[in-house]
Amino acid sequence: MTLRQAQDGATTAPTTSVGGRDRPTLQEVLSDIASGSPLRIFLAVILSLIVGLLLVIFTDENVLETLGYFGSRPGDFFGAAGKSASDAAQALFRGSIYNYNAASFESAVRPLTESLRFAGPLIAAGLGIALGFRVGLFNIGGTGQLLMGAAFAGFASFQFQLPYGIHLIVAMIFGFIGAGIWAGIVGFLKAYTGAHEVIVTIMLNYIAIGIVTYLMRTPVLHDMETGSNPTTRPPEVTAQLPNLLGGEFNLHLGFVLALVAVGIYWWLMERSTLGFRLRMVGLNPDAARTAGINVNRIFITAMVLSGLFVGLAGINQALGRQGSFSPAVDAGIGFDAITVALLGGSRAFGVLFAGLLFGAMRAAGPTMQIQDVAPEVLTVVQSLIVLFVAAPPLVRAIFRFLPEPRTADSPTREERRARRTGKEAVK
Amino acid sequence: MKLELRGITKRFGSLVANDGISLTIEPGEIHALLGENGAGKSTLMNVLFGLYHADEGEILLDDEPVQFTGPGQAMAAGIGMVHQHFMLIPVFTVAENVMLGHEPSRFGIIDLAAARAKVREISAQFGFDIDPDAKVEDLPVGAQQRVEIVKALSREAKVLVLDEPTAVLTPQETDELMATMRNLAKAGTSIVFITHKLREVKAVADRITVIRLGKVVGDAKPGASTAELASMMVGRAVELTVEKGPANPGDPVFAVKNLTLLDPAGRVLLDDISFEIHAGEILAVAGVQGNGQTELTETIVGLRDHVRGSIKLHGEELVRADVRHVLEAGVGYVPEDRKKDGLVAEFTVAENLMLDRSYSGPFAKGVNIDFAHRDGFADAAIGEFDIRTQGAASPVVRLSGGNQQKVVLARELSRDLKLLVAAQPTRGVDVGSIEFIHERIVEVRDSGVPVLIISTELDEVLALADRIAVMYHGKIVDIVPPDTARERLGQLMAGVAA
Repeated sequence: MTLRQAQDGATTAPTTSVGGRDRPTLQEVLSDIASGSPLRIFLAVILSLIVGLLLVIFTDENVLETLGYFGSRPGDFFGAAGKSASDAAQALFRGSIYNYNAASFESAVRPLTESLRFAGPLIAAGLGIALGFRVGLFNIGGTGQLLMGAAFAGFASFQFQLPYGIHLIVAMIFGFIGAGIWAGIVGFLKAYTGAHEVIVTIMLNYIAIGIVTYLMRTPVLHDMETGSNPTTRPPEVTAQLPNLLGGEFNLHLGFVLALVAVGIYWWLMERSTLGFRLRMVGLNPDAARTAGINVNRIFITAMVLSGLFVGLAGINQALGRQGSFSPAVDAGIGFDAITVALLGGSRAFGVLFAGLLFGAMRAAGPTMQIQDVAPEVLTVVQSLIVLFVAAPPLVRAIFRFLPEPRTADSPTREERRARRTGKEAVK
Repeated sequence: MKLELRGITKRFGSLVANDGISLTIEPGEIHALLGENGAGKSTLMNVLFGLYHADEGEILLDDEPVQFTGPGQAMAAGIGMVHQHFMLIPVFTVAENVMLGHEPSRFGIIDLAAARAKVREISAQFGFDIDPDAKVEDLPVGAQQRVEIVKALSREAKVLVLDEPTAVLTPQETDELMATMRNLAKAGTSIVFITHKLREVKAVADRITVIRLGKVVGDAKPGASTAELASMMVGRAVELTVEKGPANPGDPVFAVKNLTLLDPAGRVLLDDISFEIHAGEILAVAGVQGNGQTELTETIVGLRDHVRGSIKLHGEELVRADVRHVLEAGVGYVPEDRKKDGLVAEFTVAENLMLDRSYSGPFAKGVNIDFAHRDGFADAAIGEFDIRTQGAASPVVRLSGGNQQKVVLARELSRDLKLLVAAQPTRGVDVGSIEFIHERIVEVRDSGVPVLIISTELDEVLALADRIAVMYHGKIVDIVPPDTARERLGQLMAGVAA
């Protein structure tokens, strides 16, 4: 022990006293969730589905009946339970992926296309929320930003008369502007007044709902001859997102745009210098400031970018239809996007996967309902997935074989990649 | 009550924060614990309060060994603490704050009247003028501190620990606090007074224990001279040698003139500072920690607001320029706290090596990161600076302190350097790396760049400096040649001008 080392000890020891920071910060929690391994997420999904099935089994009329005489004929119970579970599981499969009971191939694959259609806006909005997470911003204003994007895009889609192609692009630009501004307000208020983005986004959600609903009663968005319920006018056909697979299916260009957004998000966060700065501010704003980065400007930029991704979801909702829409056009996507971003670890392909999963569950809802499974069960399953992902010790306690959480000594993604590609690591 | 600490050792991993510290505080004594930030004072007090468990050593109260597993037990045993940052609830009244945690109650209902009476009683006893019904947030800082003291006394504290109590006080409030401390001591309370301010120690302490680098350096009587105490605090134990030829100073290319910095509340942090550094010269700033050195570097780099004066590098005015502009003007900056300000722990070595250069230049190819250049640069830096890592893709958090510092240094020296500002360049760095870092800094000097070093290690200052500026209370007391006697430097560090 030299004096120098002793000094090291004195200076690097936790200097926090009684009031010290022992609780993890939001950022640390988020990055812990983000570091969730694919295996852990897979197990969380399986576990949640099991809980969901148990819920189905123990609310099934036939199963409950067999419970009455469980003591004398337990076999009946297991039979009924098995049937109930397998019916629900089959309904989930038929409703989201492939309906093997359908008369034609077209209607058999329709569920898959529906899953993709539902996934589109979830992916886009999920990317927006994820971007905020990476910068240390908790944007829970997805609802408001989506609604603003939808309203702006909707406005351009029926107020303007433009040729095919151009009309769609103009309407999309309007949507991006609406959502971008709405999110930019948050960044601006945070940067220049210190207002916390959580509170601002919650309030802006209410304000957006109010404004859009109001406009849906005025000629700005509403066709006054169709009564007084708040709705928009239907988009001109020139501004609609075209169907991908012809009239048989509802799947439209929105899904492809969401895939493009995944690519853009990946490039932005992993390849661009702007993404480097965004991540830097998210991980250590002090170091970012010392490195000459204008942290306030990054907050504004990040919120606008976040809003643009969420805006794509709004565009998807407004233009991916033939008919008019009401303030309920959000359909819970703004909030589900938070879940999608968490489940996807705020990474491009994680969000893609999570969006597809949640889209499939949304698509399966009606089929499940025909099978007497309440759609709420799927809500429970979705939330449980995130809960399990967010509570790694819980999942580890159930699946003992999982490794300990990543510590400073385990290899990073880049190191694993370097090892795979055989690149020499300097010792 | 007599408090005795015997051979307290506390380690954090391989780091020893307290190394066999022994201390006896007699009843009714004001015992000053003097040492720089990071010397281990707070760790020691956290051990005393059961917040940390000592690896070795024991605590005795009136010669009885005790063991605390939390502050509650320590308080019950009669030890009270007034933290540097008050543990008060601003919207509660004085009486409510004082009773917090041991609320007097009658039939299960809080007895606020009893709490009020207690506050009045203690206030009267020590001549505090405290209204039990005043809201804490409405009170001035000095009064809030008295509330903390009342809080401790209301729990029958026989030993009162005051952790840097004067840091937040005005000089008048400091004088009042000292009077209070004397009154308390007269009434039999033992006081542990933690501080790094020499004047206060001399004014109020009965006995002084100096701690440095986690060890007790020695005891002193309040009659000891300020210079003597200062040199004990900053030490003279390690002989540092840097192979360094004579400087070839060129033009004074870096000039700071009448630099004044205020904090948001209007207090003066830097007081009319002027100095020049010539090309190819190292100016080292010496001083006891907390005399404005940190603020000086942060102001030069553009991290501080409320700045007046002028900072010129090669004739370009940098005062009030933003950080990016300053860095792009060729200033390399090694921040004092590399973990907080210099590195992103989760980023890889390669990413940290381009941390402040992502806007343009070699690391950016249009809007994209130039990954080939990044990785090539990282491999070169790892080789050139002998950074011990498993590879450029290793997160920097896994590197030792010395290697982390080399990452910072490699990055900052890699720009087209016009000025190097390095604050505490070798703090928390192993001996081998210290030498390496010092050599690099001298190389920078020899390439004709002006260098500003901030260090509270007198040895480091003496080893590197071509000229030494001594700071005290936000001012430069004097600028002296490097062969100035340590005793003289000690005097200057205590604010004694020529």
